[in-house]
Amino acid sequence: AEAQILLAHGGGGRLMHRLIEDVFLPAFGTAGERHDGAVLEIGGVKLAFTTDAYVVRPLVFPGGDIGTLAVNGTVNDLAMCGATPRYLSAAFVLEEGVSTALLARIAAGMARAAAAAGVALVTGDTKVVDRGKGDGIYIATAGIGVVAHDVTIAPSRVRPGDAVLVNGDLGRHGIAIMSAREGLAFETTIESDCMPLNGPVAALLDAGVAVHCLRDCTRGGLASTLVEIAEATRLHIRLDERAVPVREEVRGACELLGLDPLYVANEGRFAAVVAPQDADRALAILRAQPGCEDAARIGHVSADDPGLVTMISAIGAARLVDMLSGEQLPRIC
Amino acid sequence: MCLAVPGQLISVSGEGMARTGRVSFGGVSKEVSLALVPEAVEGDYVIVHVGAALSVVDEAEAEETFRYLQEMGELDSPPPSPSPFAEEGEAEEPA
Amino acid sequence: MKYVDEYRDADAARRYADALAGLVTRPWTIMEICGGQTHAIVKFGVDALLPPAITLVHGPGCPVCVTPVELIDKAVEIAGRPEVIFCSYGDMLRVPGTDKDLFTVKAGGGDVRIVYAPLDALALARRHPDRQVVFFAVGFETTAPAHALAVARARALGVENFSLLVSHVLVPPAMAALLSAPGQRVDGFLAAGHVCTVMGTGEYAPLAERFRVPIVITGFEPLDLLQGITMTVRQLEEGRAAVENQYARAVRPAGNPAARRLIAEVFRVVPRKWRGIGEIPESGLGLRAEFARFDAERRFGAAAYTAEESSECISGRILRGAGKPPDCPAFGARCTPEHPLGATMVSAEGACAAYYRYRR
Repeated sequence: AEAQILLAHGGGGRLMHRLIEDVFLPAFGTAGERHDGAVLEIGGVKLAFTTDAYVVRPLVFPGGDIGTLAVNGTVNDLAMCGATPRYLSAAFVLEEGVSTALLARIAAGMARAAAAAGVALVTGDTKVVDRGKGDGIYIATAGIGVVAHDVTIAPSRVRPGDAVLVNGDLGRHGIAIMSAREGLAFETTIESDCMPLNGPVAALLDAGVAVHCLRDCTRGGLASTLVEIAEATRLHIRLDERAVPVREEVRGACELLGLDPLYVANEGRFAAVVAPQDADRALAILRAQPGCEDAARIGHVSADDPGLVTMISAIGAARLVDMLSGEQLPRIC
Repeated sequence: MCLAVPGQLISVSGEGMARTGRVSFGGVSKEVSLALVPEAVEGDYVIVHVGAALSVVDEAEAEETFRYLQEMGELDSPPPSPSPFAEEGEAEEPA
Repeated sequence: MKYVDEYRDADAARRYADALAGLVTRPWTIMEICGGQTHAIVKFGVDALLPPAITLVHGPGCPVCVTPVELIDKAVEIAGRPEVIFCSYGDMLRVPGTDKDLFTVKAGGGDVRIVYAPLDALALARRHPDRQVVFFAVGFETTAPAHALAVARARALGVENFSLLVSHVLVPPAMAALLSAPGQRVDGFLAAGHVCTVMGTGEYAPLAERFRVPIVITGFEPLDLLQGITMTVRQLEEGRAAVENQYARAVRPAGNPAARRLIAEVFRVVPRKWRGIGEIPESGLGLRAEFARFDAERRFGAAAYTAEESSECISGRILRGAGKPPDCPAFGARCTPEHPLGATMVSAEGACAAYYRYRR
């Protein structure tokens, strides 16, 4: 691994995966398929268990804050395991000098988000660090959910011919954060897409849709998520750029900053790989869910060129879609 | 070294080297320097690079890429009727 | 987005590709000068539409590829100083110096920030009068006016804690150097559209005549590139070698006179080292004497420092189209996108990074 930790190790790309493989897997072992959460069986009950940490900057951004992000992000990791989220924990690392009123507002927002997702915040912790040794507020969470459906949802169930769906337009979270950051200040009405995904996933599973794999597209964007699935399954994911939903303002911001929306972070978007015969039904179900009106079928799985993600571009030509090594940076060339 | 993007000039303020304008890129807007394009006025499309407008887009020339294609004689189908640049409902007035 | 989406029309792209296929009678090698053009080619798969007889070679027109290692080392040294806020375009943070890049400096506690515009860095200097704000002014003629504007505004506003680490290069001298190199096999050039938005088209006619090569000033959208390639191939097939302007919507023959005047006021032409090509006389810009106090190399005593390129890395040969990535012993082993040795692996579209990803 690198001699020291770099920002890029947190970017959801190759360097982050290298860090996991070189440092954490040798220490903790490779328990089953790597996924957004672990599925455990205790006393005959299948549970999903996940953990996450939130260090977003700025703490409050258009469309959300670190608190709603923490609740929804944890709920979403559980939903990606096909589980019904039930209980959450939240540990706060607070920097000396942070405003108590701000903390109260964030906590109230977390309570509202938990209620909206139908989960309970049942345990927590608080630590305070010296001024300058933190970044205002960090939140670490854990979540438990019940896997009611007996179907397993994992890369190993993906088959050639499966359809690839996404539950809405891409890139809004990343652009909302950047618009609020110093140095890149631009004005936009774009708000983060931060939302709970357990509703849309439950709608698919309750309707009996053959969902083979689910993965939320956070850091690293849709591209990194699909490369992870293609490499895990040794299958080929074929996309059509014209089918990938991106709002005009997000495209404008990406053109301005030299970014590709496929790699921009989301906080309320997931990729679903479903059996071909269920694709149309799944799409109709998703589009009926609040926040998923722009759900789209963006591609399919094939058996040639194992482990690759390719895309037919806007001009009808094929290109490779790869995983970046770190976070995507604004560029000028 | 050449990522420059066209956007529409929405508003203008200031004078000379300090002249700036708000430019919209598909709805996202940013304050840019207009010091290098004294001729740019509201409504114009300008090419913006690292926070400075470098030139005003020439609409007549913008259609050249499509006229050139027609002249190549490759077109068996009739030429595209409306100019790709006509705004919805905008009359086809000469550039 | 107007003046963007129209140039990404799939039907028109196919018609250009068909026209090209009908035009070509023998193989041609065409170099697109600018990294932005390379990025568009790779991102939209333009090369996948071209007839096999046409080969595109990536040119030296990207700051990540050409900034010499000694400039990165100077940036690393200055950015590590406690009193400095070091501002840079995102492109430059992963470029390897002799032993560090700017990301490593940031991880080690240096205040390194990404900014979109040099004027944003100037605003930062006015907000932090107690700190030294240094802006990494890399780029070609396209970016020189914005850098000149920042310096001129700093002088007008009396801002003393703002300086530029300048690494400016010019396209025509680099093209002349490439064309004079023995064994050079590029038949025609797509010149960098936005460089000409600033400088105009006049500097290229002498090159076209002297080296008998067609030079088509080209934009950055897929249809711009396809049209530029078509115009170049037509000239090659007809044995012509002239300068043509495909990107007329943004490039006027005289360029932008206001921008050229400002560049001439703030900068003067100087010799510059190009990573992988070596020093080319009169191929760069440096601050004029009356703006010397805005020169970060002088302010931080870094002017005398020099460093040699890694001998192992062959990015120079690759940039000249005189070598392929697999010719390099380090390729794919000691040199990967995560641990790049040379510039052509750092830049996402650099020949080595593209080769590593697509043809591994």
